[in-house]
Order: sequence, then structure tokens, then C-alpha cells
Amino acid sequence: MPAVSKGDGMRGLAVFISDIRNCKSKEAEVKRINKELANIRSKFKGDKALDGYSKKKYVCKLLFIFLLGHDIDFGHMEAVNLLSSNKYTEKQIGYLFISVLVNSNSDLIRLINNAIKNDLASRNPTFMNLALHCIANVGSREMAEAFASEIPRILVAGDSMDSVKQSAALCLLRLNRTSPDLVPMEEWTARVVHLLNDQHLGVVTAATSLIITLAQKSPDDFKTSVSLAVTRLSRIVTSASIDLQDYTYYFVAAPWLSVKLLRLLQCYPPPEDTALRSRLTECLETILNKAQEPPKSKKVQHSNARNAVLLEAIALIIHHDSEPTLLVRACNQLGQFLQHRETNLRYLALESMCTLASSEFSHEAVKTHIETVISALKTERDVSVRQRAVDLLYAMCDRSNARQIVAEMLGYLETADYSIREEIVLKVAILAEKYAVDYTWYVDTILNLIRIAGDHVSEEVWYRVIQIVINRDDVQGYAAKTVFEALQAPACHENLVKVGGYILGEFGNLIAGDPRSSPLVQFNLLHSKFHLCSVPTRALLLSAYIKFINLFPEVKATIQDVLRSDSQLRNADVELQQRAVEYLRLSCIASADILATVLEEMPPFPERESSILAKLKKKKGSGKLPENVNGNAELHAEEPAAANKASPPPPTEVLALNPTPPAAAHSLLVDVFSDLSAPTAVAEDHLSRFVCKNNGVLYESQLLQVGLKSEYRQNLGRIYVFYGNKTSSSFLSFSSWVSSSDVLKTQLNVHAKAVEPVIEGGAQVQQVLNIECVTDFSDVPVLNVQFRYAGTLQNIEVKLPVMLNKFFQPTEMTSQDFFQRWKQLGAPQQEVQKIFKAQHPMETDAAKAKLLGFGVALLEGVDPNPANFVGAGIIHSKSAQVGCLLRLEPNTHAQMYRLTLRTSRDSVSQRLCQLLSEQF
Amino acid sequence: MRFLLLFSRQGKLRLQKWFTPITEREKKKIIRDMTTLVLARQPRSCNFLQWKDLKIIYKRYASLYFCLAVENQENELLALEVIHRYVELLDKYFGNVCELDIIFNFEKAYFILDEFLMGGEIQETSKQMVNRCIEASDMLQEVRCTGTNAHMDLNHTRSIVISHVVFICLFAGVGILKRLGFWCFTKQ
Repeated sequence: MPAVSKGDGMRGLAVFISDIRNCKSKEAEVKRINKELANIRSKFKGDKALDGYSKKKYVCKLLFIFLLGHDIDFGHMEAVNLLSSNKYTEKQIGYLFISVLVNSNSDLIRLINNAIKNDLASRNPTFMNLALHCIANVGSREMAEAFASEIPRILVAGDSMDSVKQSAALCLLRLNRTSPDLVPMEEWTARVVHLLNDQHLGVVTAATSLIITLAQKSPDDFKTSVSLAVTRLSRIVTSASIDLQDYTYYFVAAPWLSVKLLRLLQCYPPPEDTALRSRLTECLETILNKAQEPPKSKKVQHSNARNAVLLEAIALIIHHDSEPTLLVRACNQLGQFLQHRETNLRYLALESMCTLASSEFSHEAVKTHIETVISALKTERDVSVRQRAVDLLYAMCDRSNARQIVAEMLGYLETADYSIREEIVLKVAILAEKYAVDYTWYVDTILNLIRIAGDHVSEEVWYRVIQIVINRDDVQGYAAKTVFEALQAPACHENLVKVGGYILGEFGNLIAGDPRSSPLVQFNLLHSKFHLCSVPTRALLLSAYIKFINLFPEVKATIQDVLRSDSQLRNADVELQQRAVEYLRLSCIASADILATVLEEMPPFPERESSILAKLKKKKGSGKLPENVNGNAELHAEEPAAANKASPPPPTEVLALNPTPPAAAHSLLVDVFSDLSAPTAVAEDHLSRFVCKNNGVLYESQLLQVGLKSEYRQNLGRIYVFYGNKTSSSFLSFSSWVSSSDVLKTQLNVHAKAVEPVIEGGAQVQQVLNIECVTDFSDVPVLNVQFRYAGTLQNIEVKLPVMLNKFFQPTEMTSQDFFQRWKQLGAPQQEVQKIFKAQHPMETDAAKAKLLGFGVALLEGVDPNPANFVGAGIIHSKSAQVGCLLRLEPNTHAQMYRLTLRTSRDSVSQRLCQLLSEQF
Repeated sequence: MRFLLLFSRQGKLRLQKWFTPITEREKKKIIRDMTTLVLARQPRSCNFLQWKDLKIIYKRYASLYFCLAVENQENELLALEVIHRYVELLDKYFGNVCELDIIFNFEKAYFILDEFLMGGEIQETSKQMVNRCIEASDMLQEVRCTGTNAHMDLNHTRSIVISHVVFICLFAGVGILKRLGFWCFTKQ
């Protein structure tokens, strides 16, 4: 059929498109488009009413312009008009425009919803389909609200056309993904599952998609679908290929439906019912058998469809992970694919085997393919296939083959694409650490990594090698010797200089006995690299030098000369200059004993989870990592307890010369600073606890406890603050005051009475704060506490829980009054609504207590739904009184709440909504 | 499925379909990423790529690249066949489809896609069914548009166009008969 005879050619549109195509330059194109836009705008604005055809043509042009990548800021209204047209052709263009251009928060949604409503009610299947498509395409919340209850009805109605059912199923799926709380499925569950029995395979396919999504969210509700899915699958698998008419795709029976059914079954464990289970096993066996039959067609579509089903069946087998025979068959099948001439199949086989490798039944079987995978790594022309091979090697690695795999990966690294080098480096580093039997191998491997791909070795990797060397004294001598040798290379990577500098600075003495690596040789070697390095590395080397002074008194003079040179003492970089000055001074004035103490060998690092692993997880979204990989699990049995507490080290910690263990108590100086910031964070958390209650402990540390007792009346409040000294010695120069932001100062008056400047050990003092609310506010005042303890000044800042809702007066009213006022407060800015996930268990009594604590009166019998809460109150301030109505609707099924607040002042609505929504 | 893009060898976008809400800025970024990524691939490489947390499945037909992004657990081979089925549908509709058909009849390409996919899932896998839907809607258009065109022709009085309209009328008549036949067939 020639294209020209199709549809209603819009000549103007075709001319415009050719014009655009003939434009020689971008500028010419923009000019032509602007001309057209001006033309369309004048047509739309003109006095003469446009007929449907012209309107359609112009809207179509706008659409084309938009798809070229230009912004369109008009024409929406015309498109909405087209939507409401009775002519199919106009309606269709209208819908297309809306689907492509309207974003979900457009003002037009209401108008569009109206048109959609009419089409859904039209009972004309073509119109209904257009409407359903539009809902699925836009998928906004407003649409979900308007239609979520209507669509399930269309889906299960007996008189809906098949094509409408299909659209309805997928439309519902889409809404369920965007706004699950708005799509109640309970009453429809059984009938939706029953669609799996439908005569029409198109309906079954669409319904299966829907059920997969629903079953992932609430598996229990859709359990019954398992047996239906198995039955359906078995009918398809055993059917002759012609039985299914047009649902046979290149001689493969309903591949899309088969794959979807297999996906659905992957939402569940293997069926418990033995008959059903054996029927499923039979199906899977048949699918595996069919793969061995000669192909029915030479077309690639035939083999693709057939293998798609096969791979999905294998995915199900791996998911069930319970039938060893099937698992091994699956593994053999994938093994065949590994050597298939189709690149696609090799890629997929490598990918599937990755998951298979984590199953205990098939791990060994996967390992037999190691040679094939290694050769794939070496010979594949396509980088994405090689990437998969790396992933699989990583997944199949265990103690028995770690050396071989790490060696192969290192070999590949030399020629690997830059895009995947960093990932390979991380993987090698993890495997080397995880399966290291002797640590000399580990050290060799990491140094090789740095040599081959130094640029791609991230900080985590070289920090880690240092941590391990420091923690294991059996490897320190070897490490020192190896880095010394590696540093001999004329050009070595800066990362190697870092590792070398650090390790020789700590353990250079272990190899100093050998005249070839005498102290002076070591120093000269390191210093020969100095000038080629960046500032951080130079700083590290300076620290290594001072350590040398301690280790080898004989090179002290040489090193002092170096430190004394102008290039060090007058270095433009502050850090380098400071280090040089301090180290030089230290080496001059300190006695040998003091030097030995200050520059003692670093203590072992606390054990923690490998930061490399964390980095790889972050990089890959953890998707392809087998669950059980834990960098340290096999290395350090004692690891878990410590790992939880210790955070990854800041970079300076690794380089620090300070002999205190990194995780031990900070120096006093650090303490003062950390006290400044840490409690504020804690206090935030406390703050939200005080929204619905007036008394409690506001702040607690090892020294001090701050408690609160507060009472409010209309726009006035009084807070009693109790400061308890938890230590046995006194706090001196004690003072506390309240500070507010400039804005808050005009909204809220806080007057704090003075307190005694001394708090004896174990004693408690009280401070009274008088508060007046001038007008509504949203900031929070801050309570500052300062005192001197054991000679150190302590500084604490805590947010003071004075929130707007404290000035609530509860108001009782009748249902009639409530609704009357509710309607009066109908302006859009007066209402604030928020939908949020429940953070706490959704208990009615707890919610009631919170609302009462919030300050409103709970009104019973106002809301027709007894599960909902309705409240009312008045906010008192000096300048005004603000009435407030609220409604809280829990949805226990979705674990969500919807909170609606109406007050006469929008800032009040906003603030109250924000405060209250954080409580549930 | 997350999105489907059609672009030419020169990287010109011919069709874009997004199955999840994305801002215009992100769309532009994705389009740029996809064209550079896919166009840089060597011939005879495999048709799959990993991109962030998505699987990209692409295939080249003549001068056009079809590029489909799916979630990680989806079946790649079948996604490849989704592309092929769409090409078949276009081919059937336009008769030996070429890039120009999709440029000049872009709205049709979208309509066909809408009959085939919806909300990122396959709606109808049967080629006959989809074709029937598209033909049915074309019939609705043709019956009406002959009227509109005839009206315009009175103003322009161009004999060539009139003969064209006559042809369309004839064609539409045949189409309707054919369609009635189809419908009878399905009713049984």
C-alpha cells in the first residue's frame, strides 16, 4: 500500500517538513520555525474560528516543532479542543499532542480529564482506547485520582471489548507504578487473576504484565496466580506451533506470553503442591529439550524468540535454585551458548552464568567453563562482551582458582578499554584480598595493579594495602623489600611512590641490613621521585623522611639538609612549608627518646569493611555482586564487631604521624571543636519528638543533661529548662541564652532569666524562659549553653522546641459547623495537602494521642469514614488568631497517610502541615 | 521498558517515546548519551549494552537505529524482537518503510507504536490484530477526510487533486468491504 493513500495527508504539514529538511543551516531552520510559529500563533489568535482540519494541521506542526527539540509554549488549549471533537482523526491528534507535551503538573489536566471521562464513558472502543492510552502516557497523580477507581471496572467488565481490556490492564499497571496508594486492588484481585484464563491471548499477555507488577508489591494477594500461570504455560509449551495462530512468532508459540508467565513465576518460590511442581518441572524440561531440536527456520527472529523463552526458563530455574538436575542442565545449555557464533548469545550466556555462579548446586559446574571465559576475555571483539566475561570471572572466583583468575584479569588490564579499567582494578583488589592465602601474593598483586594501571587505582585501593600491611607483621618485611624494588624502575606511578614512601617510612628498617638497601640508598631513592610528585604525595614523603630520622640516626644530617633547603622551608604551599618547618625543628630539639615516642610505628588499624568493596558497590549499584561477597569475611574473623563502629578513615588519618590509635579518644583540642557541631545534629532528632509533647529530655551528653517542662496558654508560653551536671566536678562560668534568626526575632519574643554561673557536680539548676508569639513563624530558636569543664570551654547549641502548634487552642464544633468552615476556607492557597509514607506503625490510638498532643480537638463523627481523623483548633498570636481545620486519612494497605490542612493563612497551613506530617 | 528512540546514522532523532515521566532536560541528555554510545559501536558487535542501571538494546535497520531501554530483569532477546515487530508493523503499513516515511508521517509512526506498546509493556503481540486496529482507524480518517478535501478543492479547483480524491474514495470503499469481511471473520 503506497503511503500517499494512507490517512488524510495534511499537505501544509508535508510542505513545512520538506522546508525544514531543505534548510541548509541551523540558523535557517530556526528562522523557518519562528516564521511558522508566528503564523500559527496569529491563526490561533485570529477572529475567524478555525475549522477542525486547520486546527489539527497546526497542532500537528507544533508537535513536529517540539519533537525537533524546540520549546512550545502555546497550542495546548487548541489541542484540548481537538480532544473533545467528535471526529476521530482530530481526537487522535489531540491525544497525541497531549501525551507528548503535557507534563503531569499542567494546569490543563482538569480540562483534559474531563475529555477523557467523556471518552471512557462513550462505550466506543476506539475512543476508550485513546483515552486509556492518554492516561497511561501522562500517568499523573491527578489522573490517577480521577480514574483509578474507574479503570478496574472497565478491565473486568463482561462487555468490554478485548482491545479495551488490554489497554485497561496496562493503564492500570502504569497508574499502579506511579501512584500505588490511589489504586485500590483488593476487591478486584480475584477477577484480575482470573484474566489468566481468558480466551484471548492478547488479554492474557496484558493481564500477566499487570499481575507481575502487583505480585511484586503484595505477593500474598496474588498467590493463586501461580497455578493458573503454570497451567497456561504448559498449554503453550505443549501446543503445536500453529495452534496459536497469529500469536505464533516465527514458529515459536506465544514467546511474549511465555516469558511473562515465567517472569510471574519468578515472583514466587517453587510451588509447594507436588502435582503443580512436577507440571512446572515438565514445562521447564520441555523448554530445555526444545533448545536441542533443529531450528524450524533459519531466520534470526526464530532463534531469538526461542532462546528468549529458554533464557527466561533458565532464569526461573536459577531463581528457584532447588532442582540440581535442572540447574546443571541449565549450566550446560549456557555452556553451549558460550561458544555460539551469535555474539548476542555469548553475551547473554556470560550474563546468566553470573547469577548461576552464586548457586551452591551449580557453582562447580560454572567453574568448568573457566577456560572458555578466559578465552572470551582475550578474543572477543566487543567490549561489552569482554565486560561480561570480567563479571563472570569475578563471580566464579573462589579459593581454588583465585590465582589463575587474578592473573588473567591483570593480564587483560594491560589492554583493557579505559572505560572499564577502574572497575577491573577494584575487582582485582577485592579478589586478591579476599582469597589471599599468603600476603606476599596480595602485596605483589596490588603493586602490579599500580604498575599496570596506576591512573585507575583509586585512593581506596592504596589505603587498603597500607592498612593490611600495617596490621600483619608477617608481611611487612616482604612489602618493604618489594616496594623498594618496584621503586627502582625509572618511571613509576605516583601511587607507587605513595605506597613506597609510607611503607619504607614505617618498615624501612626491616631491609636496612642489606647494603643494597641501606638507609641512605632508601632515602635517595625516595627523594629522587620527590620533585615529580604532586603536593599531597610530597607531604607524605616529608613525613616518611622524619620517620627515617627516627629509624636511622645516621641519615639525620642528610635529611635535615633537605628539610632546610629553600625549596622546602620557603615552599609556596602552606602545608609543605609547615611540615618542613615543624619536622626540622622537631628533629633538632627533641631527644632520641622523645623522637622514638612521637615517631613510633603506626598502631594497627581497627578492622572495618573494605572501603574498596563499598566503592565497587556504589559504582555498579551492587546489582551484579553476589550477595555473599564481603571483603574481609575470610581474612579477619573478628571483623564484624569493630566494622560496625568504625567509619572509613579520613585521608589524613592514614597519613597521620600521631601515634594514638586512629579510633581512640581525640585530643582535647579536637574535642572542643567536635562538641560544637555534633550535638546540633542530635538535637534535630530530639526536636521532632517535642512537636506533640511538652516535657522531656532535650539534650544529653556525658557531661550534661538538659530537660524541659513547658506550658502554653493562648499566645504566651513558659519553659522551665533544667541543666543537670552529670560529672562529679563543677561547671564554671556557666551561661545559657536563646538566640533567634533576624526574622524570628520579629515573630517570637523569648526572654531568658539569668542562671547561676556555677553548677556543682551532680547538681541541677533551673532556668525560666518566657515566650510570646507575635505572629506566625516557622524558624526555630536555638538554646546556647556554654561552660568550662576541666579547664576546657564547652559550647553546646540545641534547637529549642518552640513551634507554631504550641499556641493551639483546641476547638470543639459540630459536623455542620465543620463543613461550613471547611468550605469557607476553600481558596487554593489556604489548603495544603501532603501524602506521605508512614514512618511508624499505623495505630489508631497512637495517632489520636499525637493529634491531641499537637494541640487540636479531635472531632468524632464528622468524617463518614471512621478510620479518618478530623481536628480543629485556633492558633493564637499577638497580632491575629488563625482558625485551623485538619483531616488525616490513613491508608493501612499502602502504609501511607494523606494530610489536608485548611487555615485562613497560607504560611500557617504550610508550617503546620510540615510539622505534623513528620510525626507519623 | 523505559524509552524507545529512533535516530539516523547522523544522530538525528526521528522518534522518541518515554514510558516514565522524565524532565525535558534529562530527555535531552539521554538522547545525547544514546546516540553517541550506539553510533560509536563497531558493526557486528552484540546488540546489548549496559548503561547505568538499564539495559540498552539497539538494532540498525537500513539508515535507522532503533534503541530500546529496559529494566535490568527484562529479557534482552525478546526486546530485540519487540523492535523487529515494530519494524514489521511499520513496513506493513507504509509498504517497504524508509526513513522518509517516518519523517513525513511521524504522527502515524506514533499511532502504530501506541497500538503495539502501552505504558512500557507490550499490548498486542499479534501483527494481524495491530494492523487491523490501525487500518480501522485509518478507515475512520479516510471516510471523513475525503469530505474535507473535497470542500477545499472547491476553493482551489485543482483537477489533479480531485482525481486523487476519487482514487481515495475508491480505495476507501474497497477498504471498508475488506474490513467488514475481517470483522465477520473475528465474530465467528
